Amino acid sequence: MKLFKRLAAAVSVTAGLAVSGHAASAESVLRVAMTAGDIPIVIGQPDQGFEGYRFVGYNLYDTLVLWDLSQGETAADIKPGLATSWKIDPNDNKRWLITLREGVKWHDGCDFTPEDVVWNFERISKEDAPQFNVKQFGMIRNRTGSIEKVEVLGKNEIAIVTKDPDALFPYQLSYWFMISKCRLTELKNDYEAYANAPSGTGPYKFDSIVPQERLELVKNEEYWDKDRIPKHDRLVLIPMPEATTRAAALLSGQVDFIEAPSPDTIPRLESSGMEIVTASYPHNWSYQLNFVDGNFKHKAVRQAANYGLNRPEMKALLNGYMEEGYTNVPPSTPYHGTPSVKYEYNPEKATALLKEAGCYPCKIKLAISTSGSGQMQPLPMNELLKSQLDAVGFDIELKVMDWNALLDVGRPGREKNPDIDGINISRALQDPFSALIRHVYTKQHAPKGSNWGHYSNPKVDALIDEVYLAFDPKVRMEKLTTLHELMVEEATLLWVAHDVNPRALAPNLKGFVQAQSWFQDLTPIVVE
Amino acid sequence: MTAYIIRRLFYAIPIAFGVSIVCFALVYIAPGDPLQTILPEDASEETILMVKKAYGFDKPIPVQYFIWLGKVLTGDFGLSIATGRPVTDEIFKALGNTILLAAGAVLVAFTLAFTLGTVAGYRIGSALDRAVTGIAVIGVSVPNYWLGIVLVIIFAVELNVLPATGMGPRGSDSFDILVWNDFRHVIMPIITLSLIPIGIITRTTRSAVAEVLNQDFVETLRAKGLLETEILIHVIKNALPQVLAVMGLQFGYLMGGSILVETIFTWPGSGFLLNKAILTRDLPVLQGTILVLAIIFVATNLVIDLLQTAVDPRLKRS
Repeated sequence: MKLFKRLAAAVSVTAGLAVSGHAASAESVLRVAMTAGDIPIVIGQPDQGFEGYRFVGYNLYDTLVLWDLSQGETAADIKPGLATSWKIDPNDNKRWLITLREGVKWHDGCDFTPEDVVWNFERISKEDAPQFNVKQFGMIRNRTGSIEKVEVLGKNEIAIVTKDPDALFPYQLSYWFMISKCRLTELKNDYEAYANAPSGTGPYKFDSIVPQERLELVKNEEYWDKDRIPKHDRLVLIPMPEATTRAAALLSGQVDFIEAPSPDTIPRLESSGMEIVTASYPHNWSYQLNFVDGNFKHKAVRQAANYGLNRPEMKALLNGYMEEGYTNVPPSTPYHGTPSVKYEYNPEKATALLKEAGCYPCKIKLAISTSGSGQMQPLPMNELLKSQLDAVGFDIELKVMDWNALLDVGRPGREKNPDIDGINISRALQDPFSALIRHVYTKQHAPKGSNWGHYSNPKVDALIDEVYLAFDPKVRMEKLTTLHELMVEEATLLWVAHDVNPRALAPNLKGFVQAQSWFQDLTPIVVE
Repeated sequence: MTAYIIRRLFYAIPIAFGVSIVCFALVYIAPGDPLQTILPEDASEETILMVKKAYGFDKPIPVQYFIWLGKVLTGDFGLSIATGRPVTDEIFKALGNTILLAAGAVLVAFTLAFTLGTVAGYRIGSALDRAVTGIAVIGVSVPNYWLGIVLVIIFAVELNVLPATGMGPRGSDSFDILVWNDFRHVIMPIITLSLIPIGIITRTTRSAVAEVLNQDFVETLRAKGLLETEILIHVIKNALPQVLAVMGLQFGYLMGGSILVETIFTWPGSGFLLNKAILTRDLPVLQGTILVLAIIFVATNLVIDLLQTAVDPRLKRS
């Protein structure tokens, strides 16, 4: 007992010293526990999925077009970034005229110039350019592959020419990060050296990195967007893949902000005064279907599956931390529209549709993963889905594999896996292409694109062609809305849930607004 | 003795070579593509082919193996696909962090287990023996990741006296185990890691001591009037080769790092590194780490063999 008291006293003294040390320091530090297993790479295009974009990409760097993450009421949309405006050339619908922001400086002190944009394009496209990086090329190619060339027109003017007319092109620019030509040239194009001294134009500057453990960024006092100069001095990003560990780290005061606490830890976090923030965001937990080989080629079977799902029950399984997914995009999305059908739970209708299609019991094989990026809780969710669909007349077989193996099934498309009727790969719906077009456009048939199950519909294709030519935002929005309504009516996917992306914040954090986006703005956070 | 060591070292070469082939083959047999995690989900076939070519994954697997082996023999393990960092740096940094935990766990587990096992073996059937056997059964039965989580809940979350994760506020770069604030970070991982070795070594020591105690020479020693402590020393000496063999295996396991324990405590050791490499199919890191760990295992076995020979010269003759 005496020993225990001494130990407790020693611990209290140490804790006291730590607290007083912290109080004596004027620096305010925001410590974030990410779900990633490592620090996302810092040389431009980050890895670790959109978490890398969220915490490293948009903090260290800027893109020509940024995302407006300042509010959480509606889905986030794009806004000017390093480009202040853009418009299509009235004489050439493949040529975008872009005005760049003046007075922007890289973290290394050099000026941001139009030549930097051309140099950045060569970095990810021109194999013989000294700054070319094949990994960075691979990571952004799906966004920049449509660019034919980038031209400097004047002091702050550039033109980007696309291979085909593309009214959605500004969205693609929002994923392409600009890195400092000055810094990489100074380091003789050595990316390993650059990873220890990266330079962007973003709201935070690089300070230090301990591989696998932590990345420290400090606020960029000279950031061009004065409203987004961070309200804390230092941002520490810590990879912490295990959800229980993240919750424990928050509860024990080792971090201030955690990503994706598991639903069963949320009541405990709330009871300790932590703030749980959630918001609908463009995420889709669904199944892409095989439209050629199996039973899902029949529209009635696809609709039966959608009617047979009891989504409120799925929501209860996740303690309420999901939004029921009846359509491809959440209702807050501007082009959601008013689909003519709503797949509310209707087991009788589901069974009737199966019988009408002559598929009763209806054999279906779904490829699912045990975990993975954006996959929520795939095993219990899939088990529940199986039991619900089996009850209305399906005979579901779950083919369980690890995340990488599932991606291996997903990438080449249905041709290589004709026995599989659907794949459970969660998708980002950040922009109209990601949300709609890639799933249903014939030109996007896998392996070239993401239309895994080779959906093909001349009406849909014609509509998408019109979207690409709709440079008037109002016209484009109308066409996108029609496209979404058509996709829902066609039951082009089996929709289950939209994640609400819970995060937990320590009570001393103020000012965070969760945007309806995969990306978030940490700069307004005040650490009290 | 020198000839024996050289012979054993010579045997280690084909083992390491065999391990390298097996680990290379295993990571290729496993489903998933090493480029899967660095490329977007909707990367086109053309992009994938170009990146594959740049990384040399378009070559036949045996060619890839010999290119890799050639580099490894010159000490170059290549670059991590995921991070672009040199694999050698990644492995040895992680290994250094794991050694901190392994050394602590060895100290705790081996001392405690050997003492408990000896006492139980010597007092077989007593209440003390039953209590020790209970501890040993718990050690081998309770999943250590569960114990880790429970310790975190009690000492980090509820009592807030120990940190839940990591290696301190500045990470491993400035970690100093002799500083209390840093030392606090190793306490729970070491206790968690010690659990299984305590169970296994206690059981082995107990049965080895009990078995030796039943041998005729012990009766002879008693008949000669030796004190019980002197008899115990003889018993321990005879039980030691068997115990050392198990300790050697456990030491090897601990050096390999525990994926579960290091993940729970976010400890940037070789288990954490291996886990990340498996999930991202980072082949250079996977191959390098497995090879280094296998060599450590081989070296550990060699050291244990030599220790056993030193304790019991009959083994050398055999």
